[in-house]
Amino acid sequence: MRLRTTPSRQPGRRLPGLVAGAAAVLALSACTGSAQDAADDEEGSSGSTPAAASGANDESGDTVTIGFSAPAADHGWMAAITDNVRALSDQYPDLDLKVATGTNDVSLQISQVETFINDGVDAIVLLPFDGAAMTPVALKAMEAGIPVINVDREFDDPNAARVTVLGDNYGMGVSAGQYVCEQADGNEDAVVAEIAGIDSLPLTQDRSQGFEDALAECGLDVDARQAAQFTVASGEEVASQLLQAEPEIDFLWNHDDDQGVGVLAAIESAGRDEFTMIGGAGSANAMRAIQDDSGVLKATVIYPSTQGADGVKLARLLVQEKAMGDLVEVEVPREVQLYAPVVTADNVDQFIDTAFES
Amino acid sequence: MSEHRTTPGTDGPDLASVENPVAPSGDTVRVERAAAEPERASRGAGLMGGAFGRNLGLVVALLVICAVGAVTAGDRFASVDNVVTILRLASITGVVSIGMTFVITGGGIDLSVGAIVALASVWATTFATQSMANDTHWLLMVFAALAVGAACGLVNGVLIAYGNVVPFIMTLATLASARGLAEIISERRTQIVPSPDLPDSAGVQGFKDFWTADVLGIPLLVVIFALVSVAGWFLFNRTTFGRRTLAVGGNPEAARLAGIDVRRHTVLLYVLVGLCCGLAALMFIARTSTGTSTHGTLLELDVIAAVVIGGTLLTGGRGTIVGTVIGVLIFSTLSNVFVLNNQDASTQAVAKGLIIVVAVLLQQRLARRSTTT
Repeated sequence: MRLRTTPSRQPGRRLPGLVAGAAAVLALSACTGSAQDAADDEEGSSGSTPAAASGANDESGDTVTIGFSAPAADHGWMAAITDNVRALSDQYPDLDLKVATGTNDVSLQISQVETFINDGVDAIVLLPFDGAAMTPVALKAMEAGIPVINVDREFDDPNAARVTVLGDNYGMGVSAGQYVCEQADGNEDAVVAEIAGIDSLPLTQDRSQGFEDALAECGLDVDARQAAQFTVASGEEVASQLLQAEPEIDFLWNHDDDQGVGVLAAIESAGRDEFTMIGGAGSANAMRAIQDDSGVLKATVIYPSTQGADGVKLARLLVQEKAMGDLVEVEVPREVQLYAPVVTADNVDQFIDTAFES
Repeated sequence: MSEHRTTPGTDGPDLASVENPVAPSGDTVRVERAAAEPERASRGAGLMGGAFGRNLGLVVALLVICAVGAVTAGDRFASVDNVVTILRLASITGVVSIGMTFVITGGGIDLSVGAIVALASVWATTFATQSMANDTHWLLMVFAALAVGAACGLVNGVLIAYGNVVPFIMTLATLASARGLAEIISERRTQIVPSPDLPDSAGVQGFKDFWTADVLGIPLLVVIFALVSVAGWFLFNRTTFGRRTLAVGGNPEAARLAGIDVRRHTVLLYVLVGLCCGLAALMFIARTSTGTSTHGTLLELDVIAAVVIGGTLLTGGRGTIVGTVIGVLIFSTLSNVFVLNNQDASTQAVAKGLIIVVAVLLQQRLARRSTTT
């Protein structure tokens, strides 16, 4: 559980006891915060789950059957979500994982959950393609006595999930915006551009809102904003036009490192290098570019691809009636929100091992 | 019956034969030639000559968008760089649209173009392909993409022509399976060119250098689009192949009686669009320096929209390459004007829909006026 190995990175929104010293205020310094109390085990660069420090919770208990459903792994981050979940079943012999085929078809995902309910699994871990659309079926599961763990994209009814594991989309925007403010260093004329992901998703809107709010703190605003589709080709297409529209840019925040591959290709073919680019999500590619420090990409904001795995671990604890080891609370919490730190050349070494491959 | 597709019955008049009344048993080839007569007459006026009357509505729409762009974005719109950006954006959709014009004119439809582009781009950029290309020549990657595209087209064509599967259904099946196969091959990863795992990628580096080069200041992608358009126009308007396409799309039964091998011709049409997809995949790799299973997502819709507003009949039997090219340019210019004005994608989508309807309405009116003279 990363919550325990790296307390400095995981403030919970309503859990003051969760964090060793860091308030939920998103401070950039937090990623250089207290050292990890347990060394992460070695992992592959494909973003396998960091093994938690062994504790009583990791000892085998009764076999737990967990149904897991997520959207189609059509980009690196989403693929890493499922890969990390699968990696857990090797780690825990008492875990019987049923992983449904990833799908972006809401009705298919609903029927997957219905199948889990009919099979009588012990818990369901669900990363919905669309949170609102999956709410009724999640309620149905809860009514059938099967706890639902909602990951990343929230249901619109708090009763539809027993535990919610969230990334911090708004916080990503805030982190990116604060980094821009820091770099702009009081220059209120800096031209800021933004390339968002799929614009109809609430997560994209949250990211943009956070970015805007953080920029407003230092008197900046977003001068040009375009939305792509989280794919390489769409990133390239949007970026090449945006660069055409804005002859001078100082900062460019791109929401997603998968589409960032395309954005960087467009920047390269336009021969532009007058600005600083910030990425999002935290792919291994982006981190390698930050390490090189030769291009425009100077930072990226993490959006952990280990959320699904965290959801499965919490589901296991829930079913085995254990609680989170480092808390006094005897039950698994209602909500865990992960932190969105900024990765720069200074601290990239700390994060590159848990990054996902595009 | 050798009917290779479900036409609305040979006794029911289809749209094309209403435009050019054809005696069902007549020599369609000659009739088609006669139908194209007005265009022949004005050949002296050059490439735009005959097409101009029919494409006037499109040209007007394009000019209106350009005017809006010039007024709202001024020099940022009306600059050489920006025009190049628009053309680069148009080039990939454009190449596939040329192939699609042939298929739709020939009475078919291909919904699988986006998926074929994805599959070809992935196949050409796998680590294995890249290391082989590295040891031999980067042309191997080009060959791989074109071969995959043509092979997918061949599968579509053979099953449609000889298996009597409806084009819509067949290419829908290919749409699903080709993208699925692309995901399997790439393991849903983004395959970067040259691959970071290649110790020495001098061989593949040549690919990147070639495809991202400029020819007299014009990006190679735009040059390819221009060449494909000219070649497509020539093939469509000046060769037996083009005339047969019109005949097969207009009235397959009459075409068969006139001695055209309708089935073989149908296969060739799908192979042609498949080749265009292979080329488009290479252009995607050039633009993004990656091959992924997400390339070409929803490309088929952009392509079909461009072809249809260009004036090609979805029912087959009438088509225009010039119209298709203008159709593609309308959409890419529109997208460019919106980005220059910092408008979001949703507004853009609404405008796109309106443009389709307005352009088609304009076109019908102008076409009617020019045919009644």
